[in-house]
Amino acid sequence: MSVVDRQEWDVVVVGAGGAGLRAAIEAREGGARTAVICKSLFGKAHTVMAEGGIAAAMANANEHDNWQVHFRDTMRGGKFLNQWRMAELHAQEAPDRVWELETWGALFDRTKDGRISQRNFGGHEYPRLAHVGDRTGLELIRTLQQKTVALQQQDFAESGDYESRLKVFQECTVTRVLKDGDCVSGVFAYERESGRFLVLEAPAVVIATGGIGKSFKVTSNSWEYTGDGHALALLAGAPLLNMEFVQFHPTGMVWPPSVKGILVTESVRGDGGVLRNSGGERFMFDYVPDVFKDKYAESEEEADRWYEDPDHNRRPPELLPRDEVARAINAEVKAGRGSPHGGVFLDVSTRMPAEVIRRRLPSMYHQFKELADVDITAEAMEVGPTCHYVMGGIAVDSDTAAARGVPGLYAAGEVAGGMHGSNRLGGNSLSDLLVFGRRAGRHAAEYAQGLAYRRPAVDDSQVDTAAAEALRPFSAEAHGGAAGPPENPYTLHQELQQTMNDLVGIIRRESEMEQALHKLAELRVRARRAGVEGHRQFNPGWHLALDLRNMLLVSECVARAALERTESRGGHTREDHPAMDRAWRNVNLLCTLADPSGGLAAADPARGQIRLSRETTAPIRPDLLALFEKEELVKYLAEEELYE
Amino acid sequence: MSSHEARFKVWRGDGQGGGLKDFTVEVNDGEVVLDIVHRLQATQAPDLAVRWNCKAGKCGSCSAEINGRPRLMCMTRMSVFDPGETVTITPLRAFPVVRDLVTDVGFNYRKAREIPAFVPPPGLGPGEYRMFQEDVDRPQEFRKCIECFLCQNTCHVVRDHEDNKQAFAGPRYLMRVAELDMHPLDAAARAGLDRGRTAQDEHGLGYCNITKCCTEVCPEGIRITDNALIPLKERAVDRKYDPLVWLGSKIRRRSGA
Amino acid sequence: MATGTEPRYDGGGVRGRTRAAIAAPHLRTDRWWLAPAGTAAGLLAFVLYSTWRAFANAHYYAAPYVSPFYSPCLAENCRTMRAGPNADLFGSWWAISPAVIILIFPLGFRLTCYYYRKAYYRAFWASPPACAVAEPHRSYSGETRFPLILQNVHRYFFYAALLVAGVLTYDTVLAFRDPHYRWGHMGLGTLVFLANIVLIWTYTLSCHSCRHIVGGKLKHFSKHPVRYRAWQFVGKLNARHMQLAWASLLSVALADFYVYLVASGVFDDPRFF
Repeated sequence: MSVVDRQEWDVVVVGAGGAGLRAAIEAREGGARTAVICKSLFGKAHTVMAEGGIAAAMANANEHDNWQVHFRDTMRGGKFLNQWRMAELHAQEAPDRVWELETWGALFDRTKDGRISQRNFGGHEYPRLAHVGDRTGLELIRTLQQKTVALQQQDFAESGDYESRLKVFQECTVTRVLKDGDCVSGVFAYERESGRFLVLEAPAVVIATGGIGKSFKVTSNSWEYTGDGHALALLAGAPLLNMEFVQFHPTGMVWPPSVKGILVTESVRGDGGVLRNSGGERFMFDYVPDVFKDKYAESEEEADRWYEDPDHNRRPPELLPRDEVARAINAEVKAGRGSPHGGVFLDVSTRMPAEVIRRRLPSMYHQFKELADVDITAEAMEVGPTCHYVMGGIAVDSDTAAARGVPGLYAAGEVAGGMHGSNRLGGNSLSDLLVFGRRAGRHAAEYAQGLAYRRPAVDDSQVDTAAAEALRPFSAEAHGGAAGPPENPYTLHQELQQTMNDLVGIIRRESEMEQALHKLAELRVRARRAGVEGHRQFNPGWHLALDLRNMLLVSECVARAALERTESRGGHTREDHPAMDRAWRNVNLLCTLADPSGGLAAADPARGQIRLSRETTAPIRPDLLALFEKEELVKYLAEEELYE
Repeated sequence: MSSHEARFKVWRGDGQGGGLKDFTVEVNDGEVVLDIVHRLQATQAPDLAVRWNCKAGKCGSCSAEINGRPRLMCMTRMSVFDPGETVTITPLRAFPVVRDLVTDVGFNYRKAREIPAFVPPPGLGPGEYRMFQEDVDRPQEFRKCIECFLCQNTCHVVRDHEDNKQAFAGPRYLMRVAELDMHPLDAAARAGLDRGRTAQDEHGLGYCNITKCCTEVCPEGIRITDNALIPLKERAVDRKYDPLVWLGSKIRRRSGA
Repeated sequence: MATGTEPRYDGGGVRGRTRAAIAAPHLRTDRWWLAPAGTAAGLLAFVLYSTWRAFANAHYYAAPYVSPFYSPCLAENCRTMRAGPNADLFGSWWAISPAVIILIFPLGFRLTCYYYRKAYYRAFWASPPACAVAEPHRSYSGETRFPLILQNVHRYFFYAALLVAGVLTYDTVLAFRDPHYRWGHMGLGTLVFLANIVLIWTYTLSCHSCRHIVGGKLKHFSKHPVRYRAWQFVGKLNARHMQLAWASLLSVALADFYVYLVASGVFDDPRFF
């Protein structure tokens, strides 16, 4: 038996980004002994990459703002596919979550009268994003990290042990959620540094692992985003919701190749940056869709006036929701009006004085200067779409963040689905992390405490199976033989990324997605022969070989769901079904494991590992529907939904 | 796009020993050192251990020493080297090595725990905080820190003297003390905690001889020495050595009595 | 994976037992030694020059110019400088050069200055010689103990330096006379003195202690708008503290040398009017 360490905790949080840490803090404050597991060092989570801000209707910048307006914006952005109760809770609770951060030491940029300053962002009617320059995510993660340490200091003062009630297991990867019957009983993990195995027994597990971007070639996501949490939930028997919705951020760097995909914050546009094609035209005016026609400016003059006088002018179309802008850029490049390196131009240099740019967008200035030799105060940036965020995710209960069908499993943050519908607004992710991270932590702690005297047991055979699965890449050679030679995990990963990028990317076609499913099946077979050299101590080849399982599972979910949904909506664009279809408005697509026993024997390409099912969503509550004008609702909702 | 073959020496090994290994790798236009390390992993050394995350200079994971200088691998462009030059990459040399380019940075996390956290002001609820931009500017500069630990690594106080690790928190955590001491609403003083005093008595401020290597290596361009460490030293002087302050406090004590 | 190509060391520091096994004390390939070598040469040159001039006790007054090394002149053996910075505080027992009395203050100011500390710790102590270059010392206690804990007196010297700068300002005003003490004249020496006093003031005011005293010590700038502005101004100067330190060191030596040349009769001060 290769398990070295076995520990008991009340709540285990997988992931130490914004949602994971917020959940852990809440669980620990709720009295649960809480363990946090993260793949990287503590404080390096992908949340640090968030730049623009945290959306919360605090009404500091515009007094007309309130949660109802925020809710409306969120639903519009998500094209009414959002799990509306989540959108409601999110809009209501976000301000409290931001203010709470201040009491933990966060320092946001200020307004003249000393409140938290709020900035404009795509899809938000009022300036709403609490921010710190363009490094808001760093501030968020650091504040939560320091709050975690503050709690540990309290525990140290009481017990003499910093880690008695809240412990961070850094550089550990969870490969399986363990179960006792239907219920969660713990997790199986390995320590990256030593390769040792670890079993944390706990009745409640919160998954907060973020997204799936590393399955795509051009992405703003870091290596951690391999869809671990999505896969863990699937393997544990929980369904994934609407995985076809993948957000391509309109503005990623396109040059040099080594940084292709790195994010250029939306604040650039929020603060006055404009998009132009190779002909120098502000092309976004040609791409305002009907549903947004009356909200956006029709001329450059009106758009420019809006920055000064937002109450009497309409917003510039550069601030449309991300899916619209990304598609527009894609179309311009395709029509041959792109920039030299295959993007379009994003220009702030002619719009703001150099000194203001350096103050408001310091890390963008830095990033372009250092990585691309471009001085954004003097010249335009070249940008293009990059895979940024997955709206789909683990299907959860709106109020408790409990994953459906698996008692004891919770999910929050990007890994949870529903909140953002078909497309997420900028700034809504950081607030999502806080609102639902806290809810997940609270309910996980309550659930765990309810089971204090009948904790689910960890089944040794599950532990053995998990250990064997984790060690498999070391004996790939032996397994190889007749089936074929051992495979290089890095090569497999590159092929997977290319496949998803080319065939299930920003614009999708039926034939290509079918092709993608075939390619994924082939990769799945080859991935079983992924072999590694060396030993278990900090071995990146081994880590990647294990992550491949997750990426392949998640990629299949995306491809299958995308093939199924025959319309275009938000982060899912079908060339063969270019219009939004009201009949699809209330349809959720759920992915579950085809082989519910949890095995991954499915090497049969046609069948695959994923089974897809449809469900009809609950009707939107009437008082929430009443927040919208009838004329707007008819654009989204089917007849029968309107007159119920 | 042009590319060339470049020579590298990469330290490989672990706590038991190791050494510089030679590699020849393809380098393309616009690439950074981390790209080269990734290419090594994908083509020649799949088990080459390295930490990295964002690859955009925001997370501070890929700290290493390149030609002997502490730097982020993701922010070091290959174009700064001559095409014929051999580029040497080693792990951080102030911390225990784990494997290849990965070191045990636990020292920093231990020190982080020793700095008392922000003390919220009594009587102010969430949403009632009022702070002015000119007051938060100073601590905000320090909060740009991405915790890459390059300053901790390059500081000779601990880099060259293992035994000082006990007493000295390092630039990053002294800067954290300064940040909290300059936070406009931190109520530590009212709670009986003198941050300036602890900087000197508990976190080893006196070990700093302001030779500014922390500032030199900071990838965020934070002026650690000028804006955090020296002001902390001056605050310590206020308490301990300033004649006028000393006199003032004597007089006040007498008149108060 | 113990490749074992290099054994473990226990040379302390970067060659300690737990660190990556690398024999070289540093792997820098740039000319890292240039900066400390330049600093050492510059400082040594100044020390030699100023020692010679301070103990020379001659050629420090050429009306209307008084060498900044000898101002204020506080002993009986000072030359009489009409309306000049004479103040016989020490009386006749002071037998050696009077420059020694007053030079203690600027010397102390510069010796404890946060920039010069960096400069000489690196250049003379090699502690460290350059970033990521191992220092040669076995142990290190920084500024925690005597004598280096005395560096904390920088602020006293700053107060004294303000007074000295005041006197040198007075000397510069006096330089607007001609050799016969008539006002409203200028010579080349006046310009030298003007340049010197501007640099002395900017160096003195750019001091870290000054930055702290004028505003840095405050927690809430928003409640002290005037001091906030002062702090911002000093902060801007402070960013150039190193450049000002060198420039004023050079200018004070030049001003003294100018007086020396004129006083020793090498040439006459060219007068403008």
